[in-house]
Amino acid sequence: MSAAAAVAGSQGLWLVSRGSGLALLVAFSAVVVAGVAARLGSETGRWRRLAVAELHRTLALFCVAFLGLHVVTAILDPFVTIGWAATVLPFASGYRALAIGLGTLAVDLGGAVLLTSLLRRRLGYRAWRAVHWLAYLAWPAAFAHSLTAGNDLRIWWVALIEWGCAAAVATAVVARLLHVIRGTTPASQLADTPARTSPRERTST
Amino acid sequence: MRATQTQYQAGSVRQASTLPRMLPAGFAAGPTSLADHVARYGPVAFPGPDHGRCEALIEEVERSGLTGRGGAAFPTARKLAATAAGQHPVVVANGTEAEPASAKDKVLLARSPHLVLDGAVLAAEIVGAQEAVIVAHHAVRDITDQAVSERIRAGVDRIRIRVVTAADRFVGGEASAVVHWVGAGIATPTATPPRLSERGLGGAPTLVQNVETLAHVALIARYGASWFRSAGTPQEPGSMLVTILGAVREPCVHEIALGTPTGEVLGLAGGPSAPLQALLIGGYSGTWVDAAEATGRPFSSAGLADLGAGVGAGLIAALPENACGLRETAKVVRYLADESAGQCGPCLFGLDAVAGEVERLADGRTSDLRLLRRWLGQVEGRGACRHPDGAARLVRSALEVFAAELRQHAEGWCAGTASVLPLPPRRQR
Amino acid sequence: MTIRTGRGPGMVLRVDAIACDGRGLCADMVPELITLDDWGFPIISREVVPARLLGDARIAVGACPKLALRLERQRD
Repeated sequence: MSAAAAVAGSQGLWLVSRGSGLALLVAFSAVVVAGVAARLGSETGRWRRLAVAELHRTLALFCVAFLGLHVVTAILDPFVTIGWAATVLPFASGYRALAIGLGTLAVDLGGAVLLTSLLRRRLGYRAWRAVHWLAYLAWPAAFAHSLTAGNDLRIWWVALIEWGCAAAVATAVVARLLHVIRGTTPASQLADTPARTSPRERTST
Repeated sequence: MRATQTQYQAGSVRQASTLPRMLPAGFAAGPTSLADHVARYGPVAFPGPDHGRCEALIEEVERSGLTGRGGAAFPTARKLAATAAGQHPVVVANGTEAEPASAKDKVLLARSPHLVLDGAVLAAEIVGAQEAVIVAHHAVRDITDQAVSERIRAGVDRIRIRVVTAADRFVGGEASAVVHWVGAGIATPTATPPRLSERGLGGAPTLVQNVETLAHVALIARYGASWFRSAGTPQEPGSMLVTILGAVREPCVHEIALGTPTGEVLGLAGGPSAPLQALLIGGYSGTWVDAAEATGRPFSSAGLADLGAGVGAGLIAALPENACGLRETAKVVRYLADESAGQCGPCLFGLDAVAGEVERLADGRTSDLRLLRRWLGQVEGRGACRHPDGAARLVRSALEVFAAELRQHAEGWCAGTASVLPLPPRRQR
Repeated sequence: MTIRTGRGPGMVLRVDAIACDGRGLCADMVPELITLDDWGFPIISREVVPARLLGDARIAVGACPKLALRLERQRD
């Protein structure tokens, strides 16, 4: 391969890595938002909770696909030395250890969430739930990685997408927190009871 | 394994088939001491680790036809056998008596603690347990402790007895809730499967038995099945403790033979203090029955079956003519709704909705009977325990027995003013 | 007892009433067998699951966020 082609190939890999990274951030953000939506749900059920839950899972699989592309192209790129170890060991990269390490952290945490979800029936509800909370650490790690490892924020539409994702996730997290704070005690649940559904009539015998 | 050579030996019958069997015959200032207990009943021949004698005792209990006295009336011998089949079982004596109006278990422990303890130790030896846990209502905790100390001093028992104060909530009396309370300090029912006889306290097979049932076991071990069956009916043999309250002259706890005419049972409490309109039978999760119809019936589940009632936990509350059955029911159902463990949606939301609707009926506000019946159908059988079923049963019987009151309330007036059913103050959720 | 690969006759759906939170995904998946009461909690048919619905029933069991739904061999 000529030097020019090598440089062009490397440019290509870098482009795909950046592109798939952005797509991954969007998909991951959508996963978090869909997850919160599935949990909070809608009482009157205009939109089916099952559909939202399935959307949450499907988007997670998209994440895996984008992640694979993102990681492989980044490591294969001869311009930077990241090393295969850095895919799972945080801060083991030769190139910009902190920035890459944050991404690795996101992969580790997200991977734990994914793995436990696949083995949910075996692990039981409580173990699965405990690990699932790690998603709220995985997303900030991924976002911090995108800010520090990527150079593309100067492009206006990339910045728009990034901050848009941040806003969407922030909204979802606040909604989730409010739900937790409002509580799940019987008293608070009774306060939320849907109203009596049938029209009232005078007592008949 | 059957040990055919080991015949069951009945002790000499110190009491004939006269009542009371379990409670002191006359006035008693305090609990029966160990010495007086042995003087009255004679010693009990504990089977010890002898497998053959344990089997023989189970067979004797089976022949006696003893069923649980906690309300569910499950055949006791079957429970004993199921638990005995397990490894390292535990025995729990349930004296929680969470029904606010019922007093029989407290009275039994307060007057004849050693009969209950005999029964608990016997049950433990039968199933092969090393420990019996007595869950005692706080009102009789001290008496129970003293009785246990007496036995330890006298060296009577081969197994360990531990006393725990019962939880102070309605669902705390349910069998799995008692086990949950003893094991983890949380008095809420747990999901079954697995059944308590397979996995209960600390993961071990657990026998949960009402304290009165254990007292009967202690008597059967002494006097035999035939003696036990000399009272009661062929289908429902033996005696039982009943709590009689409401519009009667002398509210009390009394021991009766099953099948005694209900009117006679009321007579043991001095008879009605006012003309009666209805009886609440079984417990607060029991059934209303028309007083005139019920007083002629035998007090037994068979005798009351066509009125839709069963003896339950032996409560009889007499409602006078000058009380409002709907208002009393509304208060009880609201209590039952408040006492939901809150673990199962249909119970938590359903009973609250049912209570609200019954309150509307009682207050004479616009209400929807169709909606109420719909909700009753939606709560039955939908919880982890039978709490919602009991409340639904109470309401259904009220709608039937107090049909005339329903009409009156619909027209905006009510004849009742008195209130007879005791309830604890409403707790904060 | 959950039968993972069971394909025999006599399977029924059962819900753990304590674990169930009334999320309603099961009723979405198998409306022929599960309806929701007035408070959003599942009313499960006691009938044996017909063969044509077994697949949907298994999906419903997997979809339950609280793992409250089970597919079990029918006990009389």
